[in-house]
This record gives sequence, C-alpha cells and structure tokens, in this order.
Amino acid sequence: MNMNYKPNPENLVEVNDLKMYFPIKTGLFSTTPLKAVDGVTFAIKPGETLGLVGESGCGKTTVGRALIRLYKPTDGDVFFDGKRVDDKSILGLRKDMQMVFQDPYSSLNPRMTVEDIIGEPLDVHHLYTSKADRREQILHLMELVGLNAEHATRYAHEFSGGQRQRIGIARALATNPRFIVCDEAVSALDVSIQAQVINMFEDLQKKLGVAYLFIAHDLLVVHHISKRIAVMYLGKMVETADADELNSNPMHPYTTSLLSAVPYPDPKIAKSSKRIILEGDVPSPLHMPSGCPFRTRCKYATEQCAQEMPKLTDRGNGHMVACWNK
Amino acid sequence: MAKEAYDVNKMPKKNPLSLQIDLQKFEKATDEEKHQAEVMSESTSFFRDGMRKLRRNPLAMFSIVVLILIILMITIVPIVVPYSYSDIITVNGKRDKSATNMAPFTYSKLEQQYIDEGGKVFPHIMGTDELGRDYFVRVAYGTRISLLVGVFASAIVLIIGVLYGSIAGYFGGKVDLIMMRIVDVIYSLPDLLMIILLSVVLNEVLKFNGNGILARLGTNMISLFIVFGLLYWVGMARLVRGQILTIKQNEYVLAAKVSGAKSSRIIRRHILPNCISVIIISAALQIPSAIFTESFLSFISLGVKAPMPSLGSLASAARSGITTYTYKLVFPALMIGLITLAFNLLGDGLRDAFDPKLRR
Amino acid sequence: MAEEKNILSVVDLHTTFATDKGEVMAVNGVSFNLAAGKILGIVGESGSGKSVSAYSIMQILEKNGSIKSGQILYKGEDITKWPESRMRDFRGKCCSIIFQDPMTSLNPVFTIGFQLKEAIKLHTNRTGKEVEKRAIEMLELVGVNEPEKRIHQYPFEFSGGMRQRVMIAMALACEPDILIADEPTTALDVTIQAQILELMKDLQKKLGMAIIMVTHDLGVIAQMADEIIVMYGGRVCERGTAEDIFYRPCHEYTKGLLRSIPNIDSMGKRLEPISGTPINLLNMPKGCAFCPRCDAAMKICLEQQPPETRTVDGHLASCWKAIQAEIEAGMIHVEAPGSGT
Repeated sequence: MNMNYKPNPENLVEVNDLKMYFPIKTGLFSTTPLKAVDGVTFAIKPGETLGLVGESGCGKTTVGRALIRLYKPTDGDVFFDGKRVDDKSILGLRKDMQMVFQDPYSSLNPRMTVEDIIGEPLDVHHLYTSKADRREQILHLMELVGLNAEHATRYAHEFSGGQRQRIGIARALATNPRFIVCDEAVSALDVSIQAQVINMFEDLQKKLGVAYLFIAHDLLVVHHISKRIAVMYLGKMVETADADELNSNPMHPYTTSLLSAVPYPDPKIAKSSKRIILEGDVPSPLHMPSGCPFRTRCKYATEQCAQEMPKLTDRGNGHMVACWNK
Repeated sequence: MAKEAYDVNKMPKKNPLSLQIDLQKFEKATDEEKHQAEVMSESTSFFRDGMRKLRRNPLAMFSIVVLILIILMITIVPIVVPYSYSDIITVNGKRDKSATNMAPFTYSKLEQQYIDEGGKVFPHIMGTDELGRDYFVRVAYGTRISLLVGVFASAIVLIIGVLYGSIAGYFGGKVDLIMMRIVDVIYSLPDLLMIILLSVVLNEVLKFNGNGILARLGTNMISLFIVFGLLYWVGMARLVRGQILTIKQNEYVLAAKVSGAKSSRIIRRHILPNCISVIIISAALQIPSAIFTESFLSFISLGVKAPMPSLGSLASAARSGITTYTYKLVFPALMIGLITLAFNLLGDGLRDAFDPKLRR
Repeated sequence: MAEEKNILSVVDLHTTFATDKGEVMAVNGVSFNLAAGKILGIVGESGSGKSVSAYSIMQILEKNGSIKSGQILYKGEDITKWPESRMRDFRGKCCSIIFQDPMTSLNPVFTIGFQLKEAIKLHTNRTGKEVEKRAIEMLELVGVNEPEKRIHQYPFEFSGGMRQRVMIAMALACEPDILIADEPTTALDVTIQAQILELMKDLQKKLGMAIIMVTHDLGVIAQMADEIIVMYGGRVCERGTAEDIFYRPCHEYTKGLLRSIPNIDSMGKRLEPISGTPINLLNMPKGCAFCPRCDAAMKICLEQQPPETRTVDGHLASCWKAIQAEIEAGMIHVEAPGSGT
C-alpha cells in the first residue's frame, strides 16, 4: 500500500496497482500465491462506463470484487470519491458502491419475494421512514427497471433470466449508488433479452448518473456500452483506450487477436476476414511465465519480453499499452 | 413405407392456403390483445410448491396417514382401555392369576365367569403377557415410549448439530478446521460402549425417587439421551456445515454482503432458510434411526426400566416363548416396522418435494 | 428433387416432455433437410427447441422426453422406428454429437487415450495396435500437440479448448456422416472459440461430413453455416442460406434478433431489443409463438399459426407479415373466406 498516493479528485473510482493473491495449498503447510490480479491500475470518472474485458481466469471478476471489498486486496490502493477504501471506510461506502452479478439464478435468494430482495439494502441501511414508504420506494425501483408492480409478491424462481437480472439491478439501485460493478451482468442472458438489459443500463446511467465498471468477455457488448475499455490478460492490464480507438487501432498483440476472434454476426465479414488465430492456451496463473505473461502465445515475443513485464505507457490520447514491441 | 422426404423445393409457388385467410385480420393487433396471449403462471412459494409435490406422492401420504393413526392409537388407547401397563388384570377387584399368556380376544376362566354373571370385561385385543398384563396396552405404551425417544433424540441432534454445523460452516477457515476435527474424534467413539458405561455411572450417581417420567424411564434411557446429545449430532453437524458451505458460494450471499448486511442477518435471512428443508428432511430420517437404536438397546436389556415397556423390550421379552406365543413378538415387531418404514418413506417424500438439488 | 443428396431429413418432428406441470411440446412440427457435406446452422434462444431437435435425432432425450410424431429419415430410412440396438450403432458410426461443456463430457477417471480408444473399438473392427494408432492419428487431426504423450494423460490435465478438441476427435473417430455440434464453443473463450471453429471447418473440408451446428450465437452461425434455420418456441420461423437470413430476413423474429445484437454499425447507437420475455412453453399462444413479443403483430397472428411460404426473396418463412408482403406482390392468390372449396 502506498500511503502517499494522492488520487485525482476528478475521478470517482481510482485503483492504483491493485494486487490480489490467493494462497493455494501446495503441501501440508506450504502455500503458493495464486496471482489473480497482479498490479492493476485504472480510474473511472463520475457517470462514466469503463469496460473490462478478458478471457476466463484473467482476473477481471476478482478486480471487481476486490474493488468493492468482497475480498481484501493483498496490496494496492482503491479510492472512492477521493477517500481511501479500507475495512473501516467501506461500511460507510457500501451505499454508494453496488454490484450486479452474472448468474441471474444464483444471485437471488429463492426463499424471498421480489419485494424483500429489492428491499434488503433499504432494510440494512434503514432508508425508509415507514412500511408504506418502503413499499413505495420498492415499487418505484421496480418501475425504474421495467417490472410490474404486481410482481412484487412473487418469488424469484417464477421469473425468466432477463426479469431476474432486472430484479438484481433494482436491488443494486436501491441505495441510490454512484457506482455499480456489473460483473458479466448480461452474459447469461438470451440475445434478445441482452439488448433490453444493455439499453436499461444506458438509460439508468443517463437518468441517475451512475458510473459502471462493466466486466464482460463479449467485446461487442463491452464496446457498445463503454466509453473506455481495459483489456486484461492473466491478472495484468495490457491495454486501455477509448472504446472506438481500441476497436480501430488495437496496439497490444493480445487485443488484436481478441478483436479478430470476435465472431461478427455478418456472414460476409465472418467468412472473408483473415483471422489471427492464437496458438495454444492461457498458461496457469500458478505457473506464470516470466516477464510479459502473453509472451508464450505472442508472435512478436523477444528476449526482453521474457525478462521484464513492460509498463503500461501512454501512447497518446490516453491509449495505454503494456508491450515492448508495439 | 416412410412418407416422402420433406422437400423445400416442392413448396408450391402459389398455394391454396389463401382460402382461409381473412384480409380483415391483417390489421395491427393492440397491445392488450397481445398481452392476453401472454399470461404468467400462478404464483407459488417454494413451500407451497413443495407441499403440492408431497401431496402427489402416494407413499409419503400413506406414511403420514399411518403415522397419524399410530399417534391417535397411542393417545387414545391408554384412556379407553381400562387396563394399566404395569398391573396384572383384576377381575371384580380380584387379581386374575390365571390370565397369563392368553391369545388375542380370549378370556380367562375368572373373566368368563364374571361375564356369565353379567359383568362386562374389556376384550384383550392382543392377549396378555406372561405376568397377566394386557398386551395391547403394553404395546401402545411401548410405542409411545419409542416414539418419544425418537422425537426427543432427534430434537437433541437437531439443535446441537445445526448450531455447531452452522458456526463451523459460516466462519470457515481455522474455526471450521478445529471444529470439524473435534467432530472426527467424536465420530470415532464407540456409541454402544458409551451407553453401557454411562448407564453404569448414572445408576450410581442418580438416585431417582418418586414417580417422575425420568424415574420411570430409568437411567438407561437418560444415558441414551445423553449419548445422543454427545455423539449422534455429528452427522447432522457435518450435513449442515456442508450445506452452508455451498449456500455461502451463492451470489445472493455476496449481494447481501455488498448491500452491507451483517453476518447475523445473512445467516438468518439467507443461509438458514435455504438449508432448512435439508435439515428437516434429515431430522425426519433421524427419528426412525433413533427408534431403532432404542429398540435395539432395549432388546439387549439396556433400555427402559421395567415395568415400563418399550417396543424393543417387549420384543425381547417375547423371545423366550417365541414358538408358543408368536403373536407377542409379531405385535411389537410390526409396530417398529411400521413406524420406521413410515418415517423413512415420509423423509424420502420430503426430500423429493423440498430438496432444492432435486428440483427442476 | 434437389441436385444435392439429402443425408438426413427431419419431417414434422414433435418432441414432448412430461413435466409435473403438464406436457411440454419442446419441438412442435420441425422439418428440415441436411445435405451431405454441408453445414446447417440451427439458431434460437433458450427454450426454442434447437437442442431438443438435435437430441431427438440422436434419440438421447431425457427420460421424460419422447418423440410424439414425425419422421427422421437417415438415407431414406426412418430411424425413429429403429430398435435401440440399431440406434447404438447409428450413434457414433453414422452420426456423432459434441456437447457444450467439455469439462463434464469426459470421464475424469480414465485417460484421454482410453476413452478415445473405447469410442474407436465400439464401432470399428480395429484391434490392439491399430486402435492406438488411430487414436493418435485422431488427436493429431484435431491439433493436439504430442499426441503420443498426451494420450496417456487424464482430462484434468487438458484445458477447456483441448478437451473440446478431444471430444471432436472422439466424435469423428468412426467417420460419421453427420456431426451434431450442440453449442460447441459456448463454454469457451473467444480466442479458443476461434480455434475450435476454424478446426471444425477444416475437418469438414477434409473429411466431408455434414455438420448440424446448434447455437444461440449469431456470430458463430454467420461464420460457419451454409444453411440456417431460425427457431422460436419449438417451431421453425425461417430458413434459408446464411445470406438470406442475415441480409434479407423476412420473419419478424429474425429481424428483431438481428437488430438486437451489438454490431459494428450499431456502436454509439441504441440497440433495438425485442420486447417482452422469452416464451413459456407451458403456456403457448394459440397463433404464432412469437406474437406476444412482436411489434408488428396483427390480429391474425394471435389466432392462427402462420404456414410456411416462399417469401418474396425466395427463401422460406412462417410469418403472417411475410405472407402479407407476398399477397401484395401477387405471389399468393387470396379468395374471400367462405367461397371456394
């Protein structure tokens, strides 16, 4: 932790060199750290969306969870609204930082009615004056996410995936937060429903001015919703840029191949384009390659890549890349 | 011969389906009309849905009926039948020494005499035992004791097991590690030996006076309860811990944490309600196992103190005259069989209806 | 008859599942042809009946599911009438399937080689060394490095993408005519997905089998399929070549689906989602399955199921809106109701 680090007052959320290691048992008494997140830095301005993409196991979910302190980070600083987030301050910040989860089936308690699920944050923070006030607030939230008031007394298992995700979003909005972590919030939904939920996220942002950290593996979705995109690979951030810039001018070889692997829903593009097919698999985070983690699959890899991890450097217009060769 | 293969190229370029079309209907439908086509199914809570499934399970419903009948029997019989479980039959104020080992629905000489004189004698539905006590009442009392032991022992197991298991499961880490090692140690203690040792010790220590229920049950029974309290909860504790570990992984628990909910609220509102069905199911299955243990202990005369009967001690006593008086073994054995079978089937039915893992 | 030979024809297939809330018609009158050596894409959302159609062909439905009516013609023979013993031969030798989740499709207690060899032994007469050779050959074919070494490894030593390669190797071990791929890349990352799709296309060219690609991902289908079937609520909405479906969609559902996915053109713009919630198979509308969610729904859509007709563009769709266009184009002759026979 760097106690001297001063956050930029313009940023709502600022993450500096966040590290999250999990101890993995390797013997009876010995453990090896699994470096799920290894030195991640980014910032989100109020009302802005930062997209965080990467493949499974790259640590993007861990970033989100460490950020709102579901995990205690191993090292690094997280600031919210200029305040350092730690075990003490988080209690007061819970209202402002919320989360929407991936799985619309396991993220809602099957034994609770919709009303109680959405009302839980209100109960916890005592945000209502009377029973009637609580109900009114809940109905307002349900209206906000496009749910019928008559659904309030139903149980979560009676709803379809898209509706459940709406319930989850209403719960996240209950405390009127300024920042929401959306952890693969649309990945489990059907295509036609996905668009509904994406639109809703955008509408809510316009209406309420919330900032999102939008974590997903689908580049098209992330590109659609985010202003800026950060790309992660094996716990490290390899590139961040404005969404359009990243799409038209990807610099890191990983981003390039990621973009080229996206199956575009257009037969001409999909069948004609020359794809860069990445060889091999993501290395295990327990046995990370030295230097740049991507070098084992990178066709530009040199001696230098094996020795030292390149720093994330600005290549103009806030386009940050961590690569020796580009 | 199979129908001709479906062939898209044979689709007619013009087709006669037009006959059915009413061009009037090619106008836009209103939202209301569309809404009518889309109805949400009836609202059901988890509990109601489970009850509906349980009601459809004939074996479980049959078990419930059997259990209700048995409970009715053990409450009504001792009131209606004018004999006591511990007293030898008296006819007209005189002890009937001839009324031993009678077959069902027969009368002794004295009784027959009394009936001939115009007196009324309640029939011995299951006959009498070797000391001339009405067997029907003894079986009813025995069932009462066995059931009581079963329910009480399960309650002990339930309370201790759930408390212990939920603490270990929720806090995890070192707490869990230490608590579960204790469970492992307890698992390795031989239960029978513990019961024998405890009853010997308790016999010396506890001297019951009077006629309290504990005194009538005897020290063996008390040590049985203690042993249940000491040893048998470990299975329940493991089960509850496992349940909580899985439920803790669910995102709704994380969501509650993100909302700022405290541990106590998370346990109360999220974790316990979601493992309660599994706990109840396993408690229902614990009852027959406790009854079995009790019967078994009574059978090897470590059970209730005479003259109090239990199903096990009745069966044990019937052993001596098994060839001549077979019915004396049949009745208590039948009761044990019915009770354990009914509880087991009911437990299975409950599991099918309420276990979230089996739901589709 | 068409010039190309149809290796598989599904005719008016109805598959139902008995649930405790009533009978569910998961596949409701689906027909299609699969030409030898072509890739047929079946696309639809969850509950559209796309996977159930595929499982019906293999007859590997869950216990409560059954084929109620319809025919599945493999080289002209109706396989729904075949006994189980013959079906066992059909699976693997004539038609193989790969599943979505490569993590659970392999048995963790046996080596990759053992499982692969089992699959080979079951359907061919090869023995001993030949089987081993074939297994190594297959692994090499699907791009597993050092197959001689990896054949002795267990599934947990393989990554998700590698496992899916092994699954493909197992499916192709007996040179089937048809490969059914049920969401083969849904559980994989995009870069791995690209590898697997590329591999499947290569293998298709090399071995010449027909592929039925079942997926919800329009991107995947656009990349792979020659012919596409769009399904909704257990019925076929629209069928045609990939170009027909993506560039000239006629069914309102297909149109909506294409509008609702983020695309290169849609960046910065608002998406146009399909309104409403997915269909509840227990509660099917009387008319078109899609009508409750359709913005263009007409009165007739609510009352009558649309028949399949040739659209103005020449492919096939089941949509009253398309029929309306066909009437206007004079392709369908309309008589007033009541008149004629």
